[in-house]
Amino acid sequence: MRNSKLYTRCIALVATLALLCATCQLPASAESKLNIMTATTDLASLAQEIGGDKVEVQSVARGYQDPHFVEAKPSFLLKLRKADLLIVVGLELEIGWLPPLITQSTNPKIQVGAPGYFDASRYAKILEIPTGVVTRAEGDVHPLGNPHYWLDPENGLRIAKGIQNKLSEMRPNYASYFAQRFDDFERRIKQADEKWLAEMKPYAGRKIVTYHRSWPNFAEHFHLDVVGYVEPRPGIPPSPQHTVELIGLMKRDGVKVIAVEPYFDLKTPNAVARDTGGKVVVLMPSVGGEKEITDYFRLFDYDIAKLKQAFDEAK
Amino acid sequence: MKRFSVLFLLVLFGVGVRAQEKPAAVEASGKKEASSAGGSAASEEARVKALEEQVRSLVEQVALLRGELSALRDTKTDAPRPKEHLLLASSHIEPGTLASVTTTTAATVAPAAATPATTVASMVPEPAASPASPQVAQTQTFGGATSNAKLLNPDISLIGDFIGTAGRNTISPSRSLELHESEVGMQAIIDPYARADAFISFGETGVNVEEGYVTFTALPAGLLLKVGKMRAEFGKVNTIHNHALPFIDRPLATNNLVGGEDGIDDAGISLSRFLPAPKNWFFQGTAQVYRGDSSDVFTANQRQDVSAVGHLRLYRDLGESTNIDLGGSYARGHNNAGVGTTFNPDNFITNLYGADATLRWKPLRRAIYHSFMFRTELFWSARDQLSPANIFQTQHAFGMYSSAEYRANRRWTIGGRFDRSGRATNANLTDSGFSGILTYWPSEFSQIRGQYRYGHLWDITNARYTDANEFLFQFLFVMGAHGAHPF
Repeated sequence: MRNSKLYTRCIALVATLALLCATCQLPASAESKLNIMTATTDLASLAQEIGGDKVEVQSVARGYQDPHFVEAKPSFLLKLRKADLLIVVGLELEIGWLPPLITQSTNPKIQVGAPGYFDASRYAKILEIPTGVVTRAEGDVHPLGNPHYWLDPENGLRIAKGIQNKLSEMRPNYASYFAQRFDDFERRIKQADEKWLAEMKPYAGRKIVTYHRSWPNFAEHFHLDVVGYVEPRPGIPPSPQHTVELIGLMKRDGVKVIAVEPYFDLKTPNAVARDTGGKVVVLMPSVGGEKEITDYFRLFDYDIAKLKQAFDEAK
Repeated sequence: MKRFSVLFLLVLFGVGVRAQEKPAAVEASGKKEASSAGGSAASEEARVKALEEQVRSLVEQVALLRGELSALRDTKTDAPRPKEHLLLASSHIEPGTLASVTTTTAATVAPAAATPATTVASMVPEPAASPASPQVAQTQTFGGATSNAKLLNPDISLIGDFIGTAGRNTISPSRSLELHESEVGMQAIIDPYARADAFISFGETGVNVEEGYVTFTALPAGLLLKVGKMRAEFGKVNTIHNHALPFIDRPLATNNLVGGEDGIDDAGISLSRFLPAPKNWFFQGTAQVYRGDSSDVFTANQRQDVSAVGHLRLYRDLGESTNIDLGGSYARGHNNAGVGTTFNPDNFITNLYGADATLRWKPLRRAIYHSFMFRTELFWSARDQLSPANIFQTQHAFGMYSSAEYRANRRWTIGGRFDRSGRATNANLTDSGFSGILTYWPSEFSQIRGQYRYGHLWDITNARYTDANEFLFQFLFVMGAHGAHPF
């Protein structure tokens, strides 16, 4: 008796759920705005540049947040489940939070490998791809290369091209619109890049220290020389011994500028700066790190202005 | 012979790079080479040498392009698929069937693209600018070593969990030192429609598949289906693996009412879905059916004795750093109280009800340094059993715990927990206790913890309450794939 009761209850439970499914709304029509989710704000800015008013873009991570340590909050699921396209940084940057979000989003369009899953790293020039044996003795290494590749305007352009193709593939009707927006973006970024390079030219070859290895692409593009890190190894908090070594290195090489990401504690960098007569500068690795950094262009504007100021002050 | 191989390689190269815009050009250049063979011997030798040089570089480039093409196939873009096998067999190029990779490479933006591909393009006669498949071209020179690094192996990890205990506990003593568990995790995407996760724990007493399930991610109507052995979606602590617990041990309520360390962990089917909710609220429903065997909570005496678990989760961001997470759970299954008695074992049911609330705070700018979490879970158990006088009765026991956890800086976390729980078989006996824990994180991949635990526990043999004072310490270490952080 009770068995059959239990059975019916189980079935009822499943049936209720099925009913709830039936009442759900179907995805919007094909020609509505493309709903794009990106892992970081930089990718959101690039997607917006290309997509214009044909897309709706939102980023999971905020610009002032460490992209390694975003929390897989269910509120993101609400956005991800409606997304037509998910643009990720890749190279295992989001490995600690994105995979469960993708799985739980119940959105077939953005599953890994689906047409709506777009890995921007495939289009960018990647630095620091480790060779030989990779172990965590080197800290939280990224075996596929440094994932902070968007901090090079040339990579921004490459990613934008990839996004243009993806958007044209998803909305063939607007292909010429996206192409035109890309051309416009290309023109503007090349122009801006010339300006940035000119601004940074007096500082070419300058040695700097950064907190985390977030800046190899930036440093390469703007001809800076990153000689040391506040972290002893990626993902390992500063240790007294390493800090002493770093101070020695900075004094020996005459390094005066310490660039710190907004999500790291300034205690150690400040102490190092005091000892070496250097200058700590908080550089933004992402769009939205400060209110005024509203897009990909402003990101470089901001960082370059800050860097120049730091170089000049640290003389 | 040489000339033939030169010709063949040229054609092969043509196929490899798929320079379809001007297919005739390739043949034309081939013909030109053939006709020029009538020249003087000396000039021919020089020519052959030059050609050999060219061929060598071409072979290299073809190999390069091939590799990139196969890498491209993995990207699953809708760019034109290479048909090189077919074309190789016929050694013949159909005009217009394939896009020109080389020319697009030359035509695309990539300012720093000083790559072999560009050189190839310059060698192909009259490269025509083509708008086709620039996405293909883009991937050729850039991108990480994604495909080589992992191949098709699952992500494999092993988490070692070493626990030591000192102090006095006569009720539920644990061993002084033990490698409590070594959990091997294997996770992979199975096919475009599913992924699978397996967690096998090697404990002191043997091997146990803690979880092993396939998740279907591409179902219609927003359904998420899991099939396999799973930790049931009953409250919060029941879903958490041992190494991911905020404390070394599980709360008393889990041990007394919800199956102890293993909890409700059974073979079954789980279906969940987002439910309609007010704006900014996340509301999810989960329904699960299990075989009905979960440690000492549920026992399936016969095949029909399946157990069912239902869970509702309500979540909301109260700002970018604070959020609230509420849940309600229900589980129902048969127990073993009627086995070996004159009663029908089918009539002995255990109903479990649970409620949980979690408040989290984590400032985004300092996420790795500071965070706070407060959690409370309540459990009600209604267990059918026989009284000592052999009368059918239902024991209604209640249990709860409240815990708080604060990350003081990047390396240190402190926490505390209060426990109180009746016993499932005798609701009049209530155990209580509290714990304090200190965790040190050398890195993200290891933890060292010390926990003080006090328990006021009922001693059945002596029929009185007794105090347990214990110090536990734990070393956790993770090797292999970087797993997702639990939320």
